[in-house]
Amino acid sequence: MTLLFEQLLNGLQFGAMLFMLASGLTLIFGIMGVVNLTHGSFYMVGAYCAAFAITQTGSFLAGILAALLGASLYGLAVEYLVIRKLYRRDHLYQVLATFGLILFTNETVSMVFGRKPPLVNTPTLLEGSITLLPGLQYPVLRLTFIAVGAAVALGLWILVNRTRVGMLVRAGADDREMVDALGVDIRKLYTVVFGLGALLCGLAGVMAAPLLAVEIGMGERVLITTFVCIVIGGVGSVNGALVGALLVGMVDSLGRAFMPQLLGGLFPPTISDPLAAGFASASIYVLMAIILIVKPLGLFPPKV
Amino acid sequence: MTTTALPAKLTRAAWLGIAGLALLLATPLIASLTGTPYLINLVTRFVIYGLAAVSLDLVLGYGALVSFGHAMFFGLGGYVVAISSHHATDGGSIFGWAGSQAAVVVWPLAIACCGLLGAAVGYLALRTRGVQFIMITLAFGQMVYFILVSLQVYGGDDGLMMNQRSHFPGIDFSRPITFYYVCLALLVVWTLLCVHIVNSRFGMVLQGLRQSERRAVNLGVAPMPYRLSAFVISAMGTGLAGVLWANFAGLVTPDMASWTKSGELMAIVILGGVGTLLGPIAGAAVFLGLEQALSAWTEHWMIVMGPVLVIVVLAGKNGLFGGWLGARNG
Repeated sequence: MTLLFEQLLNGLQFGAMLFMLASGLTLIFGIMGVVNLTHGSFYMVGAYCAAFAITQTGSFLAGILAALLGASLYGLAVEYLVIRKLYRRDHLYQVLATFGLILFTNETVSMVFGRKPPLVNTPTLLEGSITLLPGLQYPVLRLTFIAVGAAVALGLWILVNRTRVGMLVRAGADDREMVDALGVDIRKLYTVVFGLGALLCGLAGVMAAPLLAVEIGMGERVLITTFVCIVIGGVGSVNGALVGALLVGMVDSLGRAFMPQLLGGLFPPTISDPLAAGFASASIYVLMAIILIVKPLGLFPPKV
Repeated sequence: MTTTALPAKLTRAAWLGIAGLALLLATPLIASLTGTPYLINLVTRFVIYGLAAVSLDLVLGYGALVSFGHAMFFGLGGYVVAISSHHATDGGSIFGWAGSQAAVVVWPLAIACCGLLGAAVGYLALRTRGVQFIMITLAFGQMVYFILVSLQVYGGDDGLMMNQRSHFPGIDFSRPITFYYVCLALLVVWTLLCVHIVNSRFGMVLQGLRQSERRAVNLGVAPMPYRLSAFVISAMGTGLAGVLWANFAGLVTPDMASWTKSGELMAIVILGGVGTLLGPIAGAAVFLGLEQALSAWTEHWMIVMGPVLVIVVLAGKNGLFGGWLGARNG
């Protein structure tokens, strides 16, 4: 029972991180119509910037600042130089161009920061764990990240539903041409959305740094998972991204925790362990395939 | 198309195809004259990837179905051959079958497996469109990838060695030049088949659906059978390329089915010109040649390769060779 509760919390924490990536990605796709594979690279850049700043200064706060700055600046540069020219192109070409950018970013990061994965320690303030239930110790760091995720979700909801910029964003997602025709500088809106997306990637990068390995290729792994989230939720919808991210986070965590037990009864451990790992990794894709087969546009597609 | 046995005038694409074929046929001669035997290995890789790229172009270029999971067929084709060979040599029997190394048995088996997987994936994936289709094909690709990784019996992450190439009566596949010509012959046959397909009524309907699904549907065409057939044919061709690759490399790894491999195949098709069939073959040569040349020059070759891909996209819509080969616009 405590194991189940702990895994649910882990799923929530993973889902919170995924939501930060997914919300930006879904807005970029919904508003600009760009399939942006570089999104995972912003996250990697953020994580590396954080790791670098923390080892240099020893301050986690500096790491957060460096990650936000690094990721959003890189995002804006990519938007200005490449993405801007891809708005009206076929998805096929967007996929290829941003695939090329991934190759470029990976190599550049490994040249700038070196091939050795940097280590990021948990900041002293967030060390240790607290007792949530009798017999259930949970790390403060993860709890903090869940809280940050919830704050971001709330902030985004307010931004999208209660502010003028958010109104334009929603309008842009509904009908680009109409917003443009009504005299809104759609290019500026695109840049703002793209920069915001990259900024959230940087935040997710900081959150990943002490928990997961900071390494080349971390961006692609999470990118694919993020795409699964937004496709499940319905591409272009922030609410959908939230639901998708939480679903994927839960399924992934629970699959990793309980799949070995489930298969352990059927096969000897030498076969069941790797098989369980494989099934757990594949579980979110199975989830997505099932959802798309039942609802081809995802759970909460934006109204057309 | 139906009555004339020989077209009176060959198109420019046909001439370019013949010139390319002549060059490929002459490569072993060039290699032996210049004393660069490794050239044959390189060109064999061009040909195998070319085969996969032509197959992908069939769905990408003519069906406008952006499959981001085609590497699953490449991987599956390779694994079927390697697993059969593994059981034939030292793995014991599988489901009562002793395994086989005979190309006449194993190769069609591998292609049939890819066709079946293609039918299943296509049937489910074709319910979606646009970005959802890209992502659902990616999802199925990832499933295959993780299943291959988790198969500890067949090497898991490290992959499975294939100690001997497939046997074929009268032809020795283990000689590099012989194997090269086998691959080339299959590429030529497959490409001609694909050219025939896209110019047939079936291909016309497929392209009609790409241009305007609504119009085609109103003309009385049900989209699903056409798209699904194209997807299955494409899967079988890609599977054949995987079979050849397993024989060529002597090793299959889950990486053959990874999503980066799907991205690479897509890059090759776009580089060569979408919807031209011949372009992707040239695209394979350019992509792999560039990769080879750059990685010989610096270990950071991706820092050049990435921007090259971006520039190709930004520069135009037809890739490198689309203009010569008369590609459609857009």
